[in-house]
Amino acid sequence: MTRQMTGAQIVVQALKDQGVDTVFGYPGGAVLPIYDEIFQQNEIRHIIVRHEQAATHAAEGYARSTGKPGVVLVTSGPGATNAVTGMTDALLDSIPMIVLTGQVPTFMIGNDAFQEADTIGITRPCTKHNWLVKDTNILAETIHQAFHVATTGRPGPVLVDIPKDVQFAMGDYTTKLKSKTSHYQPRIKGDIDSITKAVEMLEKAKRPIIYSGGGVINSGVGASQLLRELADATGAPITSTLMGLGAYPASGKNWLGMLGMHGTYEANMAMHDCDFMLCVGARFDDRITGRTDAFSPNSYKVHIDIDPSSINKIIHVDTPIIGDIGHVLEDMLKVWKSRGRKTNAAGIAKWQAKISEWKAVDCLKYQSSDTIIKPQYALQRLEVLTKGRDRYITTEVGQHQMWAAQYLTFEDPHRFMTSGGLGTMGYGTPASMGVQIAHPESLVVNVAGEASWLMNMQEMGTATQYNLQTKQFILNNERLGMVRQWQELLHGSRYSHSWSESLPDFVKLAEAFGAKGIRCSDPADLDDAIMEMLDHDGPVIFDCLVEKHENCYPMIPSGAAHNEMIMGDASTEGAITGKGGALV
Amino acid sequence: MNALALKKGASKKSAYDLKNPLGDEVETHTLSVIVDNESGVLARVIGLFSGRGYNIDSLTVAETDHEGHLSRVTIVTTGTPAVIEQIKAQLDRMVPIHSVSDLTVDGPSVERELAMIKVSGKGDKRVEAMRLADIFRANVVDTTLTSFVFEITGTPEKIDAFVELMRPLGLTDLARTGVAALPRGL
Ligand SMILES: Cc1ncc(C[n+]2csc(CCOP(=O)(O)OP(=O)(O)O)c2C)c(N)n1
Ligand SMILES: [Mg+2]
Repeated sequence: MTRQMTGAQIVVQALKDQGVDTVFGYPGGAVLPIYDEIFQQNEIRHIIVRHEQAATHAAEGYARSTGKPGVVLVTSGPGATNAVTGMTDALLDSIPMIVLTGQVPTFMIGNDAFQEADTIGITRPCTKHNWLVKDTNILAETIHQAFHVATTGRPGPVLVDIPKDVQFAMGDYTTKLKSKTSHYQPRIKGDIDSITKAVEMLEKAKRPIIYSGGGVINSGVGASQLLRELADATGAPITSTLMGLGAYPASGKNWLGMLGMHGTYEANMAMHDCDFMLCVGARFDDRITGRTDAFSPNSYKVHIDIDPSSINKIIHVDTPIIGDIGHVLEDMLKVWKSRGRKTNAAGIAKWQAKISEWKAVDCLKYQSSDTIIKPQYALQRLEVLTKGRDRYITTEVGQHQMWAAQYLTFEDPHRFMTSGGLGTMGYGTPASMGVQIAHPESLVVNVAGEASWLMNMQEMGTATQYNLQTKQFILNNERLGMVRQWQELLHGSRYSHSWSESLPDFVKLAEAFGAKGIRCSDPADLDDAIMEMLDHDGPVIFDCLVEKHENCYPMIPSGAAHNEMIMGDASTEGAITGKGGALV
Repeated sequence: MNALALKKGASKKSAYDLKNPLGDEVETHTLSVIVDNESGVLARVIGLFSGRGYNIDSLTVAETDHEGHLSRVTIVTTGTPAVIEQIKAQLDRMVPIHSVSDLTVDGPSVERELAMIKVSGKGDKRVEAMRLADIFRANVVDTTLTSFVFEITGTPEKIDAFVELMRPLGLTDLARTGVAALPRGL
């Protein structure tokens, strides 16, 4: 028997049916019926943010730290347009997210009604799929379908636009189980012949490398386990993209550190010189490849990805394997074991010796100081003082983000939340709150730059309202540091608008929000100040005044190859030449 | 559809071989795409092409399965083989798309397009237009004392040829449907 309910009741029931425990949102005229239903129940917790963009990033933080989809509820018009950045962010980083938007009543659509926007049209290119529901009878099924699409295959954001009259009208509720199955069923199992071919090449490889990405984390904790097993059993060195950090532990013996534009010397050199590359759930992004025509010129390339459109998009590979990382790695290990666990031991031993030489370069060394806090030093101290804790890190976007990736270590997946593909300043603060809500007992630190942090600072209100313990660790260089660095390298040190002028007093700002503020400018005080932050029972803004003109190294200048990195102490004059200057 | 039927081995030589493993030559392909017949689906397909900078030479769409709510979109596009592979993979992963077939590589296929061509003129030119229309098996669907509207079906090349012949004879208006295509045989 089908149950009759109002559209608004259907929304809440469908969310419950999907196991949703938390919704991030902001009300307005076009979603009032749904808010009324939320008011009358206790199973789903609604977190009221201060800006719809923050709701989307909080949902991303929630999703990336739990593996469950994030859910957002916002009103029509400005509510929906404010959510666009977060959806685009989630699309580029493959984060499962369901956004429910209110819409003006069906009979007013197209009339430029108050708070009407063509939400479907605006969000078509920034969602995996979206739906306008004009009939209450198909609302439940559409929401179930939305969850299916967001979480199946390559995850991503979806949007369901619900006109207000559809929320008021009565309709049939369809349960998740009774919903008709979708024809959208991406391939999960990899082709066994391709897997066998990949294993054959791996067995022979003298200089293998595993290059892993966010897809491993999206595939689930099991995939990370299998990745660890594969790397450790075969002795293949392993590097990862920004999005994949934690899938293989930083303490693991085959770990090379992150690769790419600000990756380690050893990771990039190994990528360039390898003879066999196993790309697992990464997409050859331009931050990773450097100049594509000089990318790893002598390697046999295998690419495992659940999204066929990632294959051969940027780098041509020899053996593509389409499927879910967990399933493919499981089959790969099975095949490799059944063929006698062969590796080219002599070759790999030489390869590891070569890698040790590269590691000895110590590419992350920097000029230390007794008088000024170096940003790298601040992160090293944060790392030491939080080591072993149940810790989650989010970041904003800029130099501090790259330093966080370089100087903090990640032992497990789902522990590092950052805006990779879109590079969204303002992501970290709300994301840290989404993480904290999902993990109330854990330590959540947002490593921020002062400029990024200001972009969603209104969320301190959310933090104090829900007593979210997040620690906002601001590496304050009073500069748009990453922009300034590029201006130094590319534009003759003409620092056009890359200053952070008229900054607020962050300590007073914290107090104004009812949080704790700490400022530190002396390296000698840093440990005590960090401990004070960690020991405080409540949200903290930590204003860490750091060296203003520090550059982030190593760096592959745009338009250069992996083996053309510039290091911290090298001269940077003329590092970016010719066509590289046009790249971002 | 196999989005990955690519030549192998290009990456084993010099780095510069990586650049265009499939060649630079621009090819024209006809893609036949089965989609859910729901509102906005065409906007999605077109948005994919414009957003990613792909070419559309022609595009036709109409419902082909009323019960199943399915439409067939026929797209003629040009690009290097790598771009064509990307287009197919990008289309294939869209939620409302059921299947993508590349009629240009999947085997022999038939393609047809319909055009209506208005030709105005008197005397010899009018007679010559009529004579050529006969040769091309174009039908007259409207006439006045000084004009014809011809209807012609055929391959896009045949229509191009007819249109070129009509230009000096007084072509004043032209409407083309774009290509509809199906694989040959069973
Ligand atoms: C929304 C947005 N606008 C602009 C940029 C371009 N951008 C990248 S890094 C950066 C500077 C960030 O400054 P800050 O947050 O202080 O970090 P820092 O680099 O100084 O560590 C800017 C402006 C961006 N990534 N996102
Ligand atoms: Mg800064």
